[in-house]
Amino acid sequence: MKISFEINNQSTSIDIEDGNTPLLWVIRDVLDLKGTKFGCGKAACGACTIMVNGEEVRSCSYAVKFVEGKKVTTIEGLGSPENPHPVQQAWIEEVVPQCGYCQPGFMMATAALLEKVPNPTDEDIDQNIINICRCATYYRMRKAIHRAAEIKNTTNN
Amino acid sequence: MSNTKQQKKGISRRKFLVRGGLGTLGVLAVGTYVFRNPLRRSILEMTETMAPSYMGSGTEPNLWFELTKENKVIFHSPKVEMGQGSFTSFAQMIADEMDVAINQIEVIGAATKTGVIDALSTGGSLSVGGLWKPLRELSATMREMLKIEAAKKLDVNPSTLTTKNGIVSGGGKSMTYSEIAEGVSEWNVPDTPNLRPMKDYKFIGKPIRRIDLNAKVFGDPIFGLDAELPNMLHAAIIRPSTVGAKFKSANTNKAENMPGVVKIVQIDDWIGVVAKSYPQALAAKFKIDVEWDIPKKWTEEEIRGLLQVGKGDEMITQKQGSALEPNDDSTVSMTFTSPIGAHAQIEPNGAVADYNNGNITIILSTQVPGKTREYVAEALGVDKENVNVVPTYLGGGFGRRLNTNHAIQAVQLSKEAGRPVKYIFTRKEEFQNDLFRPPTQHIMRGKLNSEGHLDSLEHHYASGDVAIGSILFPNAINSILGTDVGAMRGGNIMYDKIPNHRAVQWHTTLPFATSWWRSLGLLANTFAIESFVDEMAIKSGKNPVEFRLASISNEGNQKRLFDIIKLAAEKGNYDDKPSNGIAKGFAASTDANSPSAHVVEVSIENNQIKVHKVTCAFDCGVTVNPDQVKAQCEGSIIMGMSGAMFEKMTLENGQLSPTIYGPYDMALMKHAPKEIDIHFIQGVDIPLPVGEPPMGPIGAAVANAVRRLTGKRLTDLPLKLS
Repeated sequence: MKISFEINNQSTSIDIEDGNTPLLWVIRDVLDLKGTKFGCGKAACGACTIMVNGEEVRSCSYAVKFVEGKKVTTIEGLGSPENPHPVQQAWIEEVVPQCGYCQPGFMMATAALLEKVPNPTDEDIDQNIINICRCATYYRMRKAIHRAAEIKNTTNN
Repeated sequence: MSNTKQQKKGISRRKFLVRGGLGTLGVLAVGTYVFRNPLRRSILEMTETMAPSYMGSGTEPNLWFELTKENKVIFHSPKVEMGQGSFTSFAQMIADEMDVAINQIEVIGAATKTGVIDALSTGGSLSVGGLWKPLRELSATMREMLKIEAAKKLDVNPSTLTTKNGIVSGGGKSMTYSEIAEGVSEWNVPDTPNLRPMKDYKFIGKPIRRIDLNAKVFGDPIFGLDAELPNMLHAAIIRPSTVGAKFKSANTNKAENMPGVVKIVQIDDWIGVVAKSYPQALAAKFKIDVEWDIPKKWTEEEIRGLLQVGKGDEMITQKQGSALEPNDDSTVSMTFTSPIGAHAQIEPNGAVADYNNGNITIILSTQVPGKTREYVAEALGVDKENVNVVPTYLGGGFGRRLNTNHAIQAVQLSKEAGRPVKYIFTRKEEFQNDLFRPPTQHIMRGKLNSEGHLDSLEHHYASGDVAIGSILFPNAINSILGTDVGAMRGGNIMYDKIPNHRAVQWHTTLPFATSWWRSLGLLANTFAIESFVDEMAIKSGKNPVEFRLASISNEGNQKRLFDIIKLAAEKGNYDDKPSNGIAKGFAASTDANSPSAHVVEVSIENNQIKVHKVTCAFDCGVTVNPDQVKAQCEGSIIMGMSGAMFEKMTLENGQLSPTIYGPYDMALMKHAPKEIDIHFIQGVDIPLPVGEPPMGPIGAAVANAVRRLTGKRLTDLPLKLS
């Protein structure tokens, strides 16, 4: 089947046999955007987190057919070294990543959170940022999330 | 040791090799350091109080550098980067002695064909300490070699030349390192220059930002599973779910007709599906009916039954004074346990493999590129030289990737399919075919003297394999040492002033594979010992910090542990009386010669243990990158909390379970302490292990706080109130 959608602000169209194919594998292996990670395949770890129409989605468990006509944002579309998203800027300032594998998922989840809750409290962070980081970089991530909110609010004003 | 002396002599001129032809420009590639008997030393160094060493392979040059046309230095690291930050520390060392800027340095994992990989592994928290001397000496020597050539090319006296940012200047002239190296085939190698004093370093000792930070923040394809080869197919493999299950037969009829399937491969006792996409490979895999031979369904109770002090092979790993009499009424005895632990690294295992007429390329996340090359070569019947193992950044290591023999299957699938193949584990395969942290049992015994100090302390512990049976260490080594050196980590008593102390290991091989999990035996051993010491302090009526200090010499190397305990207690304002519903817990450990101590602040909320703050004191010698040492402490503390408070694998219907995150309970954001306060003492002038030691005290520190708060002594990991 043919599916058309926007990926990181660019229109794209794919032809795929099985519309139930998880969006994750289309992003990684068809569109060749490797920043979105495979962790568990059951929406349990969050490594594959992206945004669909600005909403946080775990792409390993989201059938590609549902993306028709929608806007998909991955870590590659969030920002660039020249123009980092506030979340990426904060991640750099706090030197968050260790192994780094889960970090795109966390950054996407944080970016989605900040769209809804511009000034998240620790409680908001605890309840909404529920991905898994095996290196356990949570301590720096919390600081980076608060910092990202600060950067975002400053640049918006 | 004779080879330690050899190391101190510096770099032998004969050991410098220059290799050209890799780039358009001449390549400066340098190697040195030949060690004899590295394996044995390594084992000793993991357990004893020596400096870490780098174990290059004995016959090849050990460290490769490239100088590019763009005046960049590429260091082919024999150690892999799995999050521990060692690539950044290497860049700092090179920058300071070679006089190049950090952004002129690229560090990549050495592939087996183009670089030189560590003969053993990346592990044991030995990367930075092991390369501390050789990497700086090589960098300094290359700087001087470049100056000698520059003097010729610029026609100036070498003594007038200075170096900065990869440029040699003098007599009003200057040349980049790259320009100097161009066309040079015979290098003049000077005596090893003196290393600069620490105070002159501009990068070492400073909180330099990780060199892989941008790649990891912007989602660059740097991990094993991100790798691709042209014309590549995707593969899934069926692995047994039941412990001890043997493959009997399979019906692949339904799978063969599934969309995208290119080939179904059956070799010996396993089946793999090669398909056009990974989802197609997975879908076909689930259509294969496999009949397993299941001789027995192991139960949790049976595993526990195997792991008992008094069962298996006994080895006394420490003995001082006399043993406690078992029937002495004044002896206190307590039993502790820890469960099976999974690595649960977020990047699943896998490999991209290409078999092409006996030439093999494997790209993967591995802690053992050299070993992987060896067993792939052996399994496929080709020469080692025809196998190129290319290590990538690892999406977590934690010991799981000290055995990456699934590379063999990936290569076999590629050979059968006639095209490159990417094989990826499912999460269920990860959880059921992990090389687990072994469960343990510990019996602690102790006795106070008339002044209320420890007169005797004994740690009797039973563990499954960590080092024994590992492909890293030949069995001969294990029989020589007679003990599982991995299970032993943190198992000995560090309180040297206790007149009678001993540690006795009981080793049992379990029916499923167990192995290295970050910090090895340390987490469980320290939990048992430090919980018990706390209990003895309560019995003696003494402050647990003073109680500990009374049993440690305040001199020699022991002074470092003494000082760390004092510092943690002071910075964490340790008080053994709870206040406002918060209790402080204290524990310490010394692992691989890096002592650490934690004060944790704990309350009980909704019958759950809540850790608010951890104050950590740590002596790992020189901190090459203090910010990243802190990051390792933070990670060790929270991952240690995860292991000590949440994680547990069990056997259900003969299968290791659970098989997914969530049911396999782990520390999340909401569990992480909101404050972590870290303090260093530099007790020695070399960098010592960092990535594992601070994990030691966390379990006991939390349990000790809970004891102070509730009166209840928790003796089993994971720590649960009910």
